[in-house]
Amino acid sequence: MSENHEHQHHILSIKTAGIILVLLLLLTGTTVAVSRIDLGFLNVAVALTLAVTKALLVILFFMHMKYENRFMQMIVFLCFLLLAIFIGMTFFDLAYRGG
Amino acid sequence: MSNTHKDYAGAKLGMWLFLFTEVLLFGGMFVLYAAYLHEYRADFHVGGKQLDVFIGTLNTVVLLFSSFAIAAAITFIQQGKKKLAVNFTYLTIACAGIFVINKTIEWRAKFHHGIWPDSPHLREMSHGENIFFGLYFLMTGLHAVHVVIGAILLSVMVWFMKKDVINQQDFVKLENAGLYWHIVDLIWIFLFPLFYLVL
Repeated sequence: MSENHEHQHHILSIKTAGIILVLLLLLTGTTVAVSRIDLGFLNVAVALTLAVTKALLVILFFMHMKYENRFMQMIVFLCFLLLAIFIGMTFFDLAYRGG
Repeated sequence: MSNTHKDYAGAKLGMWLFLFTEVLLFGGMFVLYAAYLHEYRADFHVGGKQLDVFIGTLNTVVLLFSSFAIAAAITFIQQGKKKLAVNFTYLTIACAGIFVINKTIEWRAKFHHGIWPDSPHLREMSHGENIFFGLYFLMTGLHAVHVVIGAILLSVMVWFMKKDVINQQDFVKLENAGLYWHIVDLIWIFLFPLFYLVL
């Protein structure tokens, strides 16, 4: 057994990649369409939710994270969790600062 | 070269650790954006209305397609279809080219309207608009630099495939270059609504 075959590599099928691309394009269309309607604060929430959904699709499928081992999944999750805390905490601080 | 030690997991982990630093680099700027959006909500709205939604959307589509193309290239190299892998990598590089051309057209139009960092016209605008365009040039500019670096990296990968350094058995270099390219796409997924669609 050669060293390169010690891990069984998952191969992303072209069909799956194609489906993900179509989903990403549909989500982009939705993002643009929704931004044309004035929903007030909801615009921010909707746009960011759609962006996070797109990001998840890219990370899970295009970046193969769905098929990586637990350790890799854990550190990637931690990295983005730290980023969320970084941005979230800074924002809360600003939003509730008096005067 | 058959007895050369290859550490597949290590190579992947190393790439991801590097990508985390990229995430933090842009993360810092997203914090800046969030803070100023909070303070200059109305000005950011006025600023964003001046950006070209059509070019922004077009570039989003181009980058999403390029992300698909490089993911497909990796699938093909794993299946031993080298010719297709090379062609799809070329396709990704072409998308990078289209992206940069669109960005150039967009920035030229802005310069034409007297908008560039610290331009006299921009200084006459409100403080918030000035900051909005400052962040716009900084963040999309740094992102464009990443697109160019990604294209160069992928060109090297094409050369590696042709030299058989990357092949069906050993493809982690292409995978890692692909990861870099996907991060470039990921950052744009957030830049696009924040600047062009204005929240």
